[in-house]
Amino acid sequence: MVRITPSAPSPSARLASVTGVMGVKVIPRAARAYIGCALLGAGACVLPALRPGATVPWGTVALLAALYALCELPARCRLLGRSFPMGTGSFFPVLLAAALLLPPAAAALTAIPGSLLARVEEPPAALRRAWRAAAAAVAVRAAALTADALGAPTALGRGPDAPDLPYALLPAGAAALVLCLALTALDGGIRATVGGLPPRAAWRGLLGRSLVPHTVHGLAGLMMAVLWRSTYGPVAALFVLLPMYISHWVFAQYHRERAAHQATIRALVQAVDIKDRYTRGHSERVGQASVLIARELGMAEDRLDVVRFAGILHDVGKLGVPTRLLTKDGPLTPEERRVIELHPEYGHEMVRGIGFLGEARAAILHHHERMDGSGYPYGLHGEQIPEFARVVAVADAFDAMTSTRSYSRARPVPTALAELERCAGTHFDPRMVTALVRALDRHGWQPAVTADEAPPGPPGGNVPPPREAGPEQAGHPADPEPPGTAAAEAATGTDGAARRAGADAPPADRPRERA
Amino acid sequence: MRLRPRPRPGAVTVGAVRGAALLLGLACFGSTLWHGLDEPGNALAFGTLVALGELARWGAPPGTGTPPAAEEPRGSEPAPLAAAGALAYALLGTSAGAPTTHGVPQTVAVVVAAGLAGIVPHVARGRGPGLDHLARRVLTVGFAALCFQPLYNAGVVTEHLGQGPAYALFLVLLLLLTALCDAVLAALLLRARTGFPYGPLLRDELRAFLGIGSAVCATGTVMALGVAAAGLWALPVLAVPLLLTQVSFRRYAAVRTVNRQTIASLARATEIAGCTPPGHARRVAALSAAVGRELGLSGAELAVLEHAALMHDIGQLSLVDPVAGGATALLPAEEQRRIALLGGEVVRRTGVPEAVAVVVERQADPYREQPLPARIVRAVNAYDDLAATGTGEGAAAALGALERLRLGTARDYHPDVVECLARVLARGGAAGVTSAVPG
Repeated sequence: MVRITPSAPSPSARLASVTGVMGVKVIPRAARAYIGCALLGAGACVLPALRPGATVPWGTVALLAALYALCELPARCRLLGRSFPMGTGSFFPVLLAAALLLPPAAAALTAIPGSLLARVEEPPAALRRAWRAAAAAVAVRAAALTADALGAPTALGRGPDAPDLPYALLPAGAAALVLCLALTALDGGIRATVGGLPPRAAWRGLLGRSLVPHTVHGLAGLMMAVLWRSTYGPVAALFVLLPMYISHWVFAQYHRERAAHQATIRALVQAVDIKDRYTRGHSERVGQASVLIARELGMAEDRLDVVRFAGILHDVGKLGVPTRLLTKDGPLTPEERRVIELHPEYGHEMVRGIGFLGEARAAILHHHERMDGSGYPYGLHGEQIPEFARVVAVADAFDAMTSTRSYSRARPVPTALAELERCAGTHFDPRMVTALVRALDRHGWQPAVTADEAPPGPPGGNVPPPREAGPEQAGHPADPEPPGTAAAEAATGTDGAARRAGADAPPADRPRERA
Repeated sequence: MRLRPRPRPGAVTVGAVRGAALLLGLACFGSTLWHGLDEPGNALAFGTLVALGELARWGAPPGTGTPPAAEEPRGSEPAPLAAAGALAYALLGTSAGAPTTHGVPQTVAVVVAAGLAGIVPHVARGRGPGLDHLARRVLTVGFAALCFQPLYNAGVVTEHLGQGPAYALFLVLLLLLTALCDAVLAALLLRARTGFPYGPLLRDELRAFLGIGSAVCATGTVMALGVAAAGLWALPVLAVPLLLTQVSFRRYAAVRTVNRQTIASLARATEIAGCTPPGHARRVAALSAAVGRELGLSGAELAVLEHAALMHDIGQLSLVDPVAGGATALLPAEEQRRIALLGGEVVRRTGVPEAVAVVVERQADPYREQPLPARIVRAVNAYDDLAATGTGEGAAAALGALERLRLGTARDYHPDVVECLARVLARGGAAGVTSAVPG
């Protein structure tokens, strides 16, 4: 089966996205001139139909134009509380049927009302509408000319005459191809003139994405035209549109659900933030650093997604640790430390039901393991530790060191990297550390954090007070234990867990500011 | 599923439906074998289409950790292409201008044979469709063919309606009737299985029809008309748009599953944090859904109720010390409301519909100020807390908890909801619905 990707934006979606480029406040003169040319071209395309004496089947034109407009309209109104996300080109079958059924100039005419009425996302609306209508008219005219040249009118049959079906696929396919090519060319043009992109960049990827949807639309358009001409008439042709309409509706639902899903993941992270406000934004930054490392290692694109989730969710198990422990000032007892060290297992328990996380689940369980086997929960060493866990461990330590915590200043990136390199081999996989160093050489480190604002908790006795990293918080009670390595301590991610590192006691001085 | 010593009360209905389908299938096979095939070309083309459609069915992936499914894609057709092809064959009158003569038995026999051929690979992989689904397919196709073929073959249709738009509209009318018949059957089978009230189930089925069901019917009509006008070439041409619809639906269902899994994990967070006893969120969600159905909720309302019930305790994560045993129902009213507000705040950030957050927020208000889903969540949550902490075991604890709820109907719990909960519990709780929830 051909893999049909409904994600490929259909042409009018692209029109919208292309005109989205015009969101820049000032529209360049080149673009205005380009749109002007397109309007002139569109005028020339429809003119033959408007000249006196032209034989135009006005009834069919009006019906098809109304149908196209009607199909584009629902995008403007919200029905039953849910928006009908149309305007995504679901009705190119109508235009293609017009191209097959009507003389070229009249076919171009049918595209105009619908394009003018469809929703415009951003201002300037008038210019966008004009551009859209002009592009559609030109493209439909080109498609209709192609279909005519290949003998579509006779191949479609009429009334009881059966259509010449295997042959009719040729004009229909050619018309769909030409429509696709024309729209792509026009789109690329406006991208180039508005965005100032070089033409090759402007056109890249446009054609590949739209070819398959156009083929499907071409087949639907052909069937519509055949039924329109048959004895059953336009009523039967209407039913061809229903599956297309529904498929686009579902597709928009899919996008909504996907956005909701990403929000849910973020909610998991924010639930951690509610408990432990020291680490605000930490999760997302670890996700980004993990992706940097993984990309440097040459992982495939879909694994990058998984490693990002692993980074984002690595501390989700902290939800299972009592808030009092996470936010405790002062030293932890061995008992309390053991409770905090349970968080990888809690995290794994929580996410094990989420199928798509795949390898990320193991990373969440093992991100505190160390190469020499001194980590937790299982004390794995070397290659026994899952690859993603080794990636996340490095990213986690790196971010912990380079971000300001209540108990320590942010350290500069080179210092942190030097610390990581020092611990490579004992704590961290040297491969991951090297990858991080190389990636930062190349891209730098500008973490962009979206989920930074934690919800303002209402004040109340049982709710942890918001704690900001300030001068009065910087001084902590002295830690009775011998100092651990900065990296190891940072890797544990929280203030409380940081005190855990003492047992290892390598000879690194402790840069924490302590009273 | 729970093991039961005696057959479920709906076993007779299920048996009758399956028996009827089997009988119809066998009779049609026999008749076709006896009389031979009319127009083998058409039969082969439609049979191939149905078989391919079944082959392309979306096998339900063995979902792990899915929360109790109140509105799984039940009612949505897993093999739309096969269904459309089968309906089109049942409504096929003319092929490329020449009238056809295949009757009801041949239609059913071809559809059944092709369908069985198409599901063999799925069965081999252990993911075959359920028997109910097959039975429904056989009966609906039989119904459509029975409505159309005798009339057409007797010449009544052509005589009165000709071969124009009226004929097309007649086909649509028949398919709408068929869809109605299918919805009735599906609701009947579900009712037999779960014991939910019939009305909301039927409403759910009809609403589900607006999704892929209508695309299937439209394609079925257009295929019948397209073959009449253009011959068998219309079949592959029309199959492609429907496949696109199927792919869209599959992706939608996949992302939906993922979202449900994530929400279930979020709900489990409170259990892992020790805020609530193990399984509390899931039990409350399942029982709330059952009570909601009993009270006539359906579709989207039920989904909101279920999500809210899953996440109703999330506010406890903000507490410095967990509530003993997680039993919020035993806390002072002010404290309960504060936790509810905290929970609403988290839920608002999850991207689930706003209505879910509202239910979570209002779960601790006196019932007169609450929307219905919040009333249900409140009563069910209190029941689960009380039954877990109360004295006595099993039935005694449950009875004690119900008694406490009844005493609270003056202010806290809505009397109707409590009575409904009692009815659902008396019937065996939500066990019939929530069997598929691992860990």
